[in-house]
Order: sequence, then C-alpha cells, then structure tokens
Amino acid sequence: MSKWVLKGLQTGIKTTSYPGREELASGVSPGLPGGKKESGDEALPVISRCPTRALSQAGQQIRVDYRRCIHCFRCLRGVQGAVDWNSGYEWAASMITSDETTPKFGKVFGRSLHILFVDGGACGACLSELEQINKPFYNIHRLGFFITPTPRDSDVLLVAGPVTDHMRLPLQKAFASMPTPKRVLAVGACALSGGIFGPSFASEAGVSKSIPADIGVPGCPPPPLAIIHGLLLAVSRKPSASLTFSGSVDGRKNS
Amino acid sequence: MERLLHDTVSLNNLSEEIALRWPEQVRVNPDLQNGLCRMECEASVLTEVCSWLFSKMGYSFASLIVEEEPAEFPLRYIFYGDLENGQVHILHRILKTKATVPSISHFVHATDWHEREAEDLFGLVFEDHPRLGDFVLHEEWPEGVNPMRIDFDASKAYVHREVNPYWRPVRIVQAPGAFMMPIGPIYSDFAESAHFLLETVGEDVIRTIPRFFYKYRGVEKIAEGRTIDQVLLLAERFSGTSAFAHSLAFCQAVEEISRVEVPPRAKALRIFLAELERLRHHVASIASICGSTALAVATSQAIILEEELLRLCCALTGHRYLFGLNTPGGVVMDFTNETLRKLVDTAQGLFKKLEELKEMLRFSSSFLDRLEEVGTVSSESAVSYGLVGPVARASGINRDLRRVLPYSGYEKVEFIIPCEQEGDGYARLRILFSEAEQSENIIRQVASSLPSGPILSPPFAVPRGAALGWAEAPKGATFHWVRTAEDGRVVRYRVTPPSFTNWHGFHLAAEDFAFQDFPIIMATFGLSNAESDR
Repeated sequence: MSKWVLKGLQTGIKTTSYPGREELASGVSPGLPGGKKESGDEALPVISRCPTRALSQAGQQIRVDYRRCIHCFRCLRGVQGAVDWNSGYEWAASMITSDETTPKFGKVFGRSLHILFVDGGACGACLSELEQINKPFYNIHRLGFFITPTPRDSDVLLVAGPVTDHMRLPLQKAFASMPTPKRVLAVGACALSGGIFGPSFASEAGVSKSIPADIGVPGCPPPPLAIIHGLLLAVSRKPSASLTFSGSVDGRKNS
Repeated sequence: MERLLHDTVSLNNLSEEIALRWPEQVRVNPDLQNGLCRMECEASVLTEVCSWLFSKMGYSFASLIVEEEPAEFPLRYIFYGDLENGQVHILHRILKTKATVPSISHFVHATDWHEREAEDLFGLVFEDHPRLGDFVLHEEWPEGVNPMRIDFDASKAYVHREVNPYWRPVRIVQAPGAFMMPIGPIYSDFAESAHFLLETVGEDVIRTIPRFFYKYRGVEKIAEGRTIDQVLLLAERFSGTSAFAHSLAFCQAVEEISRVEVPPRAKALRIFLAELERLRHHVASIASICGSTALAVATSQAIILEEELLRLCCALTGHRYLFGLNTPGGVVMDFTNETLRKLVDTAQGLFKKLEELKEMLRFSSSFLDRLEEVGTVSSESAVSYGLVGPVARASGINRDLRRVLPYSGYEKVEFIIPCEQEGDGYARLRILFSEAEQSENIIRQVASSLPSGPILSPPFAVPRGAALGWAEAPKGATFHWVRTAEDGRVVRYRVTPPSFTNWHGFHLAAEDFAFQDFPIIMATFGLSNAESDR
C-alpha cells in the first residue's frame, strides 16, 4: 500500500489558508447580491424579479434579506439596473439579540468544538458543501472542529433544509439531548427561511420554528468557507457578518 | 416465438398488434411523429396490457401519473422502449366515487412504489396490492388524509394525531437470537435523513427494511398554482446535485406544451452543462465509494477533483452546482467558444488525474475485496424492478434515455453507453469511471462543434396543455410531467426521479451481507433521498 502514501505526499497540501488569509481562488463562492445604493426608477422591476422576496426597497436603496436569497441571479442577469454583486463568503451572522440568556461558549471551546449534523430536508447541494469542510481543501480539523456521531457529545448542531414535517421530531430530540452550552447553526436559505419549500404542509419556514437557531449561514448552498465562517463565529474567533437580516420571517428580533 | 414478436413489433405496428389483441377494450391513438403511442384502456384488461408490454415487448415502466378531475381520476401509465419503440402512454380513467384500480405490480413490479405513493397521497385503492398504508406519510398522519387531493390545503401545517412513541416495526425474520438494528434518520456524518431497519442474527444481516420520506417536502403539491418560473426553481432545487438534469427535463416539458423550438446553440450548451454535471456527480460518487471502504488517500484524491470541478463550474457559470442556467426556451448564459475550449482543457487535466486514480484502485486488492460480489443485483431483478442509470447498467441493462429517447440533440453526439454484467459493487464503480470518461468525451465534442446563433427562443406564453419531459440525470432516467392551465400556471406536476426508482430495488442488494458492508452497498448505489422523497 506504499503507493497510496506516496500519492498522498506527491499531492502536497491543498488546504485553504482561510481564516489566516483570505482565499483568493476563483470559484469558491457564488456570491450574494449586495443591494444597491442609488437605484431610482429601476428598482421596482429588479425587485419584482426576485422569486423569494429577498429584495425590498428602502428609500432610494435596494435592500437584501440574506435569509431568503437563493442565488437565482434574476436580479443580476438580463435586467436593467442590476444590483451590485458581493463576491465574498464571510456571510454568517448572529440571529439572536445580546440579552439572550443561553450560556456562552467559554474559551476552551475555541479549539475543541464538536459538531453534529442533522438533515432537515436539504436538497443535496448543502450536504455536498458540508462534506467538503471535512475534506482536504477546507479541513476543519486543523481549526479544532470535529464531527461527532452523537448529540450527547456535541456542542454545535448544524441543520440544513427547511425542516420537514417528518424531521421535526428527530431534530427536537437531538437538540434536547445536547449538553449546554450549545449552539445551533442554520445552514442555507432553506434552514433560514424555508427557502422555496416552506412554510407549507410538509415543511417549516426554517430551523428557528422548531428549535432556537443562533447563527445563520446564508446561501443556496452556502459555500464551504461560509460554513467555516459560521463555525468560527460560534466560538467568537470571527466577528459576525455585517449583512442585514432585515425584517423578520420568524418573529424573532435580529441583530 | 416470443423473441420474434419482440423483434418484429415496433412503434409503427404496435397499434395494429394491440387492436388485434384487444379490439374492444383498448382504444389506440398512435402519434408516430412524436414517437409515442397513446391508448385508453379499460379496467378489465389493464393488467394484461401492461404486463404484455413489459414482459413480452420489452418496454420499461417509467411512471404512473395520477391526476384529479371533477368526477374522475385519470391514471397514466408511461412505458418506454428502445429507440424504435418510443413511448407508450396508457390512460385509464376511474370514477371518483369508486377510486379503485387493479394493481399491476404483481406483473410489473416496477409500479409497486408508484401504487403505494398514489394510495398514500391520493387515497386510491389498488386491489390486491400486498402492502399499502404508511409510505410517504408516516404514522402520525391519519389514513384518509390525502395531501395531493385538490381540496387539501397545502399552505397550512397539518395537525398530527397522537402516536405511540414506542413505535415498534414488524419483524419478519423469526430466528433464535434475531434482532433489529435501527440506523438513522440522524447519522454520524453528513448523510441524508433516512431510516433502515437491519434484521440480523448478529454479524450477518438477513434483510433490510428501508423507511423513507423523512425529507418529503411535498414538491409536487406546492408546485400547484405556481407560475412556470417558480416551479422551475423547485425542479432545479429539489435535488441540488443533479439540478441541471432535472431543470432540463422540466424545461423540455414546458417547451413541448408551448411547441417552442430551442435554438441549436442552446441545445448544445445544455448537453455541455449536463455532461459537466454528470462528470462532477460521478467523481463525487467515486469519492463516497472510496470513503465507504475507508481508503483515505483515494477519497481525498477524488474529493480534490470534485472541488476543482465545482470551482470550474462556478468560474464558468457563477454557481457551483449549475443553478439558474436553464429556462424554458433555452439557457440564460452564453459563453465564448474560447472560454469553453479552455474549460475543456482544464477538465481534460482533471480527467487524467481521475484515470490515474482508477488505475491505482484497480490494483488495490484490499479495496477490491470490499467491492467485489458485494450488493449484487441480478439482471433479472434489475429488469423486474425497472432500475435505471448506472445501477441498472452495472447489471447488464443497456438502456439510457440519451440513446433510446434522444433529447436536446443527443442523437448527433457520438458516445458509448458502458455496460457491465456482474451487478456487484465493483461493476457499479467501473460504470461510474466509464461514464465519466464518456462525459468528458462529449464535452470535448460539443465544445469543438458549437453552432452559433441565439441561446434563447423568442419570448412565449405557456398555453393550456400537458407534456412529459425527460432527461438522463446522473443517477438515471428522470421524468417530469407538467400540466398547465389557461393562465400558464401549473396545475399538476409529477416527478419520477431516478433515486425513487432505484431505492425501490435497494433491498435486493442489501440482503445477506455482513454489517460492515452496509455503507459500501449504500455508496455504490449512490442514491439521494432528497431526490427520491421530493
């Protein structure tokens, strides 16, 4: 089996230098609409093209609700007065207000964080991106983050998908079995707002309808770097993104 | 004699043959121009006609489409055959007051899950079906609540009934020391939500009972009343890893309803992007097979290739999973021939690395030991269950929609459909490698002979109508049935994804195996629950 060892060595290090340095390779993120400062009369046609009502008009500006954006590019391609496009990936933002009573993660969690994943009806793209964070290009082990098989050992719950009717109970049970302090990361547009699926008879309008979600990672699907940003935010190694989670889909106050 | 019949009857004389056999009970209406034969069939001979088509004529079952009209349920049984045999649509109408249909799953086993689904979601009774009841909807949904019926309000959450929390499955294996091992729906990895009950006597698993639809999002129901543009999003995003293939099938159905011709350049670009998706999908599947055998370096190698392909897709189209490209009438983005040629060169480089990986795996005996003769599906079972895609082609079924029902200009592309006979895990892996090779080959062909011209047909309104769209998705054949109203909104949307078809046959492979082989059988099937559950 020495040929495999050799092959591994020949391949060298592929891992991104994020969060130490910014990842500059092309194609790591689809980007998000950045809204528009001065839009004038062209605003309405652009806003009306948005299929998920993520865009809204605030005075002269077009604002974006990042929980709803699914990168359909309808506000960018084939339209007059397209929105500005943000090509970053540090999108994760806190979904709770500072007076929340949940205990905070102590410093000790910073480099030893155990993660459980629950699929609440994700389409497969989120799953594929999550798969990548544990693999050579993104490798979360180097950051002290580990995937764990049981809720009893986990500190962070990653949830993708709108939370289907049939997954609500397993999700609530998994959350209840986790020791405190704990955090819930809602990964992707479906998990944040129900996306194009919820709310309906078969799915919820996102994770926070079933269990309290602390951090949201927008994107459809969020690229691996955005998910890693969410995990770093959970242990306070990165600040929250300055994205507006404006308005409210679930009645909670947002920062 | 039977063999002869199969060879001599093609779509041209199929209607005569049927008229001869069932002159009274079947009304045939061939539509040779579109390569299909429509017929309306009475209940008394429904089973007979379907099983004749399936077992004597060599047709494969594609889908059962149930619709709802004020007084009736029209049921459409869709079959497809080889190139010259086209499609057969059998229409059977039942009165709403009766709502009973003869079950054909005894003879055409591929319809089994379709009938169970229709029973659960529409409340139809399939006479003599051995196993109806909780399928899509789990036990907290009372019998008699049928969400696909028109009068069901899909916008509100349904209030469940109380169920016994100590739910116990029915045990089938009765042997000393036999017990049931539950797996899922939450796993230790980034696996999808699904539940399996492994009936075992210790080390050897005797049979596997799957329990699915944890991810049921009611895509077909919530599509009703939405515009084409909104349903396109659902078609694209209900299964994110085969988004392009599904959106293509949906767009083709809408184009068929509207009688719109797609410009040649758009057709070629669609083939290009669909094959790019297939290449990436197969690399990811290969990675998960390597992962299931705990061959770490090989997994990493394949995952590196997958990520590089994802980045390539994103650099080209703006999205890593090719979302937002298809639209009824063509594609929304054009690329310069230069860009595409450059991409082909990069893809070729990646493909060379994939070939190297294949050669290394081929000579890793510890790896092959885990795959060979594991999860075997015989050719007869594969035919009987109507399996599709790489899983079927590893069991000797040489049927691929790109070849038998060519769409989007595939008839002009040269490629081989790889086929293996063994039907085991290793055969499925070899198919993935060979198909990836063919995809790379097609990408190169298309990029070198791209027609010029527009990429989108002139704007059009969608009239009232219904049509079937199909595509060979990375996991196999997918069929999208779309019916629109006068205002262009969707009134019925039915998807038959390849994972739904193949999960039905999964238990064939998951019988009499050792515990540690379970992840390997799962990985070599390479199915998606998101795609199956919808």
